[in-house]
Amino acid sequence: MTQVLGWATLFLLLNLVAGLWRVARGPTAADRMLAALLFGSTTVAVLLIMAEWMAMPALRSVALLFVMLASIVTIAFFGLPAGDDER
Amino acid sequence: MTALEWIALVLLIAGCFFYLAGTIGLLRFGDVHSRLHALTKADNLGLLLVCTALAVLSANWRVAALLVLIWLLGLLAATVSAHLIARHARRGGD
Repeated sequence: MTQVLGWATLFLLLNLVAGLWRVARGPTAADRMLAALLFGSTTVAVLLIMAEWMAMPALRSVALLFVMLASIVTIAFFGLPAGDDER
Repeated sequence: MTALEWIALVLLIAGCFFYLAGTIGLLRFGDVHSRLHALTKADNLGLLLVCTALAVLSANWRVAALLVLIWLLGLLAATVSAHLIARHARRGGD
């Protein structure tokens, strides 16, 4: 089982590397933020698997922190929508 | 390998498959909205399956509760992000 967890971690990290291609390619800022969204969810999964794999419960807290920060990035980048008067 | 480990293994592989589907969608689809559609749905399902696999594997209620919380927060983050990105793209922002 330990081996399987290791392979799963490697596989998800390769997903991140593939996502970098979209960051480089663009073409728009929205596309690049999409890649950031991929990094958010994949990183959380990687941290959770590693917590089980290396028997390091602290990594679950790190994953919790990451998931709480995930939406902050997008909000900081695009800003929250204004009221209806702007539509 | 116990029965529980086999269940966790199947869930983990299924989760990885959905992550792969999301990544392929991100790389191959033609426009921002299609990519967003593929990525957010597939990734959140992948995260759910991975979390479930790890909850089964840990056999610990406290860990399972934390994993559920992480998944729910992940859903919330993905919803907010997807909405903002889609809105930005529809308005022709670069």
